This record gives sequence, C-alpha cells and structure tokens, in this order.
Amino acid sequence: MLNAVNHPQRWIEVRPAGLYCIPAETYIDPMLPVEHAIVTHGHADHARAGHTHVWATPETLAIMQTRYGKKHSISQHKLQYGERVQLEGVEPVFMTFYPAGHILGSAQVLLEYAGARLVISGDYKRTPDPSCAAFQAVACDVFITEATFALPVFQHPPLEDEIQKLLHSLDIFPHRAHLVGVYALGKCQRILLGLRTAGYTKPIYLHGAMLKLVDLYRQFGFDFGHVIPVSEVADLASLSGEIVLAPPSALHDRWSRKLPDVLTCMASGWMQVRARAKQRNAELPLMVSDHCDWRELLDSIDEINPTEVWVTHGREDALIHAVSQSGRKARALRLIGYADEIEE
Amino acid sequence: MNQLSQLLDALYFTPSHLAKSRLLRDYLAQTPDPDRGWVIAALAGQLHFPFFKRNTIKQLILERTDPVLFQMSYDYVGEMSETVAHLWPAAPDASFNMPSVGEFVATLQQAKKDEVEPYLIDLLNNLTPTQRWTLLKLGSGGLRVGLSARRLKHILAEYGQVDVAEIEKLWHGLAPPFTHLLEWLEGRADKPDISDKLVFHPVLLAHPLQTDDIEKLDFSQYTAEAKYDGIRVQIVVKQTESILEKALFSRTGDDISNAFPDVLERFSLPGVFDGELLAFTDGKISSFNDLQQRLNKKKPSKKLQSDYPCGLILYDVLSISYNCTGEKDITQVIPRDLTHLPLCDRQQILSNQLAQSILANDHFISQSKVFGVADSVELSQLRETLCNDPSGYIEGLMLKRKDSQYIAGRPKGVWYKYKRDAQLVDAVMMYAQRGHGKRSSFYSDFTFGLWIEERDAAGILKSRLLPIGKAYSGFTDKELKALDKWVRQHTIGRFGPVKEVEKALVFEVAFDAAHSSKRHKSGVALRFPRIHRIRWDKPAAEADQLVEFKQLQGID
Repeated sequence: MLNAVNHPQRWIEVRPAGLYCIPAETYIDPMLPVEHAIVTHGHADHARAGHTHVWATPETLAIMQTRYGKKHSISQHKLQYGERVQLEGVEPVFMTFYPAGHILGSAQVLLEYAGARLVISGDYKRTPDPSCAAFQAVACDVFITEATFALPVFQHPPLEDEIQKLLHSLDIFPHRAHLVGVYALGKCQRILLGLRTAGYTKPIYLHGAMLKLVDLYRQFGFDFGHVIPVSEVADLASLSGEIVLAPPSALHDRWSRKLPDVLTCMASGWMQVRARAKQRNAELPLMVSDHCDWRELLDSIDEINPTEVWVTHGREDALIHAVSQSGRKARALRLIGYADEIEE
Repeated sequence: MNQLSQLLDALYFTPSHLAKSRLLRDYLAQTPDPDRGWVIAALAGQLHFPFFKRNTIKQLILERTDPVLFQMSYDYVGEMSETVAHLWPAAPDASFNMPSVGEFVATLQQAKKDEVEPYLIDLLNNLTPTQRWTLLKLGSGGLRVGLSARRLKHILAEYGQVDVAEIEKLWHGLAPPFTHLLEWLEGRADKPDISDKLVFHPVLLAHPLQTDDIEKLDFSQYTAEAKYDGIRVQIVVKQTESILEKALFSRTGDDISNAFPDVLERFSLPGVFDGELLAFTDGKISSFNDLQQRLNKKKPSKKLQSDYPCGLILYDVLSISYNCTGEKDITQVIPRDLTHLPLCDRQQILSNQLAQSILANDHFISQSKVFGVADSVELSQLRETLCNDPSGYIEGLMLKRKDSQYIAGRPKGVWYKYKRDAQLVDAVMMYAQRGHGKRSSFYSDFTFGLWIEERDAAGILKSRLLPIGKAYSGFTDKELKALDKWVRQHTIGRFGPVKEVEKALVFEVAFDAAHSSKRHKSGVALRFPRIHRIRWDKPAAEADQLVEFKQLQGID
C-alpha cells in the first residue's frame, strides 16, 4: 500500500540522464553513461554503451554485446525473468524482471521499496509475437507506461493479416522484388517468423545490417529457415519476385536501386496513418507494431489495476485523459531522448 | 463499393503515374455504367451531395467518441475522413448489403435531409476502416489520391486512344456520370456535341521566368505585357439571334458570374476572351485587397458594386462570333475558333473588335498594352517602370511568344511570368503549430511578429511583439527538422495545439504585398508570406519595428 513515505514520487525522479531510483542509486534506461543502469531492452534509445554496472536480461546483454562490443560496460549483471534481487544502495530496493512482449529479452522492471511496488514497463505490447516471451501483467501500486501509439485511431491488426497482405502482393506482382523496411532488432525477426508460420518456404534475403542480430537470435534457438545475405547473391536480377528485408534507411538509398523493379513495403505501427505511410514512400504499408495500440494500453492498465499510472514518451495527453476519465490517477512523466515519432 | 475502395487505396499509395493510369483504366474497363462515371466525377472533384458534408460526419463521430480524444486524434491524423474511418465503432449487421457506387450516389442524391444520417450510419457501421475512408472521401469531396484533374483527362485520353486536347475541349460541356463520353472513348458512340452550351475553355498557363530562361530567350520572338494583380478570368458570350448569354469563369472553370453582374452587364462582345478581373478606383487599378471584397459574394449589393467597381483588362481571345449574312439574307452568328492563330494575330483581332464595339470608350474594359523588349536589360527596365507606374498596381511582367497558338495547359516556352522581386521583412517567431497530414509530426506553421514600443502603466518604455502573419513554406525539409527541434526546445507556453516560443528566432519573411487589415492587432496583413531565410545568427531585438514597416508600406 502507498503511504506518505513509500510513494514512488518520493523515491523516483527524472534526471537529465533519465529515470532515477534514489534509494538504489540506479538509473533505468539512462541516455548518458552512469554508474548503475538497469536496461529494459536492447533498442538503441533505451540501451546505451558506457555505463559502469548494467543490470539486464541475458538476451538484452547479448544484444548490447552484439551492437556495442564486449566492453559496452565494465560490469554486467544478468537477471532472469522472475528472479528477485536486492540492489545495492543506500536503502534496500528489490528488483524483479518480467517479460514485456516488446522484443527478445525485453523486460518490465518491478521495483519494491518499503512495501510500495512500482512497475516500469519500458516498451511493451500485447499482440502475440513469435520472437519473444509474452507480456505478463504484474500487480503494482504505480505503473509506468509508454504511450507511443496512445490515440484511439491506432488499432493494430494481427501479424497474420499483414503477412497475408505481403504474400497477396507477391501474387499480384510476381516479378517485383518486395523490399520490406524493418528495424534490425525485433521487427526483422518477427516478420521472418511470421512468414514461416504462414507457410512461406522460399529463401528470404537480408540486407547486411540484419545479419548479426539474426545470428544472435539463432543462438537463442530461433529457426528462420533459409535466409541469404543480399551480398552473397551473384545475380541481383534473380531477386525479382523475392522478399528482401532491409533497414528503413536503405529503402530509398542507392543500395535498393540495384534490385529489380522494387515494390517498397514498410512494416511499422505508423503505417496506419496514410500520410505517414506516404511520407515513407511506402507503396505497401504493413501495420506491424512492437508497441501496444490504444485498446491494449487501456486493457493492460485495467488488468494491472494500479493506484496510479505514469505516462511517458508518446502521446501522453490522450492516455492521461482516458485513464483519468475512468477514475484512476494519471500523470505525465516527461523523459527526454526517447524516440517519439521518427522511429519506433 | 469494395472494388472502388481497393482502387482508391492502390491509387493513393502508388507513386508512379504509369501505374496509376493502368489501375484506373483497368477499373474503367471492368466496371459498369454509371458506377465508373461517378468515380470519374469523384476523382475530378465534381461529386457533391447536399446533405453529406464534412460537418455531418463530424457531428456523427462526436456523438460516438470522447470529444477530447477526437480532437487529439484529428490533430494527429490531420484529416477528417481518415480520423473518422479509424475511430468509428464497428457494428456489423448480418442483413447488410453493400451498395454499388451508383446505388450509393442515387440514394444520397434523392434522400431527404433527415434520411441521409441513418443511411450513412448504417454504412459506416458495416464497413472496414479502408472502406469507410472511401465512403467519407466520396462524400466530403476532397478525394486526394495524387491524381490531378489534368492527369485524369490524360488517362481518359489513353483509355480512348484520343488526343487529350479533345477531352479538354469537351470536358466543361459534359456532366457526370459521363456515360456518353465513355461510350465515345470505347468507340461505341459518336463524339458528344457541346456546341449549344455556354462552357469554359481550359486556359493557357504561364511558367515562371527563370534566370537561365532569360539567358536563352530570343527576345525578338517575344512581346511583353504588364502582369496585373487581379484574378485570371474567362468571359464567354454567346449570341443566338439577338439574345446574348454570358458567363464569367475563374481560371479553374468555376462560374463566378453571380459575383460580378456589373462586369457582365457591361460586356457585350460575342466570343471567348481571356483577361484579368480587377477592381478600380478613380480610373486606376486598385489593390488585390479591394478586389477581394467582391470575391465570393454571391449576391453583391449595389453599394458593394459601387464601392468596389470592377472591370476587365483583356489580353487574349479564343474565339469570336461574326454576323454573317447567309442564304436568303438571314443573318447568322458564326463562332470562329482563333486558338490556332499566332498570338500577334489574336491580339490584332481583339484590338479591332474592341475598337469597333461600344466598349471602345469604356474605362472598365480595355486591352492589355503590348511592349517590345530587345534584351534582358530592357526587360528589367520595363518591369521596373511598370511596377512603379502611378496608374495602378502591377506585380510584374508577362512575356509571350508572338507566334504561339493558344494551347490549353502549361506548354513550355510560350508564356512566362516575371514577377517583381519579393519584399522582405525581418520578423520574430512567436507561435508554432504542427502541420497537417505528412507534416503532422512537425511544428511547421509559424506565426511571426514585429516589435512595437509601448509605455507600460508605470510609464516605462517596453518592447513587445505584435503578430503580422503566418507562414508554412519556404524552408527545406532539413530546415524544417531544425525548426521543429528549435520549437520543442524553446517552448514557453501552450494554447491547445499552439506552442508559444521564446522570442528569439528571426525569420526573413518574403511577401508579395502588405496591406492594412482589421483582423490583426498589428493592423497589417501580408500577401503570400513565406520564410525566405532563417536568421539563426540575428538577435531578435534587431528584427524590424512595426511602426517603421507600416510607414515604408504606406499603411496608417
């Protein structure tokens, strides 16, 4: 139960480097190098190199190693989902990770201090994703939620529907190379698994930026079937009618010009808004998001049933409005530096 | 309706003209009348329903959603139809039958006012978000799928293997659902005959004169005229025996006859004429601001007509009607097409016709004066002279090729416009607002102001800013990103979607003209303001003063 002493507003604060837990002397997802950091997941706007101590799931630490090298931090502390540890600090704080359903290794952080329970959800989603463990609702007093897609216009369709859209387009345009813009971490692997689940057995071609992380996922036991780096294809004309995955930045780059009659697809939650899809020059927008849509956010909050909700990065206003309407306390937690609108 | 939804979705996302053309031609070939004709009308922006308006839809959605969340969603999406398409709560009904486009149009056109809403609600309940978007776009008229009216005519020409000029000529004489036109294009009927109609003829448009054009031009082939700051119009007068039918059209073909009965009353020459509509004061051309008092007034009062009298300066003629005495001495009025004649001949015919008519001494109807220019030096001199002419407001020059035919559209090398250089003022950014649609994530609409010194209650002299205008263009995408970042870092207040910023960034604002305005507290309004340069270097205190600016512009 919350009281005057243990209310998280007394022991959590926003500092220039990020969210800070005072009694544990530890930051959560800091943007600047710090002494003690808890990292919720491997995306670059949450996981930075240069900290002294890092606490994260084994998967997240492996992702950070792949991206930043073995020495991304001086000391690395692995913590499995569900394992409860006491953090070092001026006063005892206990920490437990729970799956966030966002990408491989993504965790919600439960912090317990003086009988109060705070969950920092990081980025999360509820739509089933074959590339990571499913989100787990954790009872708490204060729930910190993201608000990337916190507007009622956002209703993300199931992954299968969007994969079918891609396969349907291949039927209509059997000679065009379908170049799909995906982020290298998470989205790429999710689309690969989605295609395999839908029964697509042909090789899938990958831009060089995808390779290291696809290999890493393999080490964690994922099977993507036959994938081929585009750099190993001798005759690029043979990619006509094939699926190629590349980072969004490569879609309209010189790199893509060498592919035969490209049909540009873009997999992102933003694709639901036509103007956004247009902005990305996506001829085939695929609404695939790694974040909650509007309904999922509201349902999650109802299910977790916290006393208070703190809302970060995204469209805080709308979510705070809706949560307050339902009689729950909600406020904005303004964090600087998280990718808001340009990327997921 | 479902095929249409797929077509529009594909047109929307397909960037290539060729692919758009193929998509539309396939649709026309596979779709029966009248559905396909209504779709052409919708694409051309000619489909309107009296009781199905943007506001109808807004009311319906507000009855179904939280108004705050609706407004936030709308601000984000930037477009009403799409916002509603996503927000509408689906409520499928097992007995629902999807109407065809023709059924949909017929129902809405025949429906009484109170029947429209239940019909739309039933449709919206049963459609997918993409289909809803289609429906709402059809209804609200703004079907933007990256297909201009001009491209649409090209595609129709490709569909029927005819010259696009033939379609252009027919277009304004035809009405949806274009059954006759489509039959003709498919070789199943004769060409539609529109000779008995009073119609708009598509106009010849000018290119801006670029620096490298000036270097390349053979000036002996061109003549110059003043570029007037009114609106381009076409006046059409048709004579049948002794009856004159008249119409005044805007450059896009909108019939604006009702707004200018005085001009039509005056003009009695049968034919099709191209010219500039202007307001006059004491025989001089007055500002665009004066003309604006008359625009969009469907029934101008006698007082308004006498306060802001309007007239025409004609510069071209597309056809003229001659009285001919035919067999058995019956006088006939024969229209003669002049568009294939060279410009100098058309100008001569226009001049002769005006001189012979009762308009010869009418101060409100005249012909644009033609000048010869030998080289680029004379060109600049002439522009300078005309723009400073005391007889009225002129905004630059037109340069026209002497031997050119009158071709609808924007042919290259035929007409050039050479505007006077824009004026500049250094103003300070005061407020910023997010753009719409493609720019919905960027702060891209800026309000800026000039300094004014005032004594406060204690008698101390203090400077504050008064807004003089708003601009959302003139910067590159890279600059837009930088501005957006600057706004986010320098916000000091919020009024709904508007952010107030620190008064620290100077814009060099370019504008075409400044005039007095009662709408702004500053008393000034700018015509076509755009950001010319962002003065990251300039201290805000050194931006321009309102009082001096008004003096310079002659505004009191």
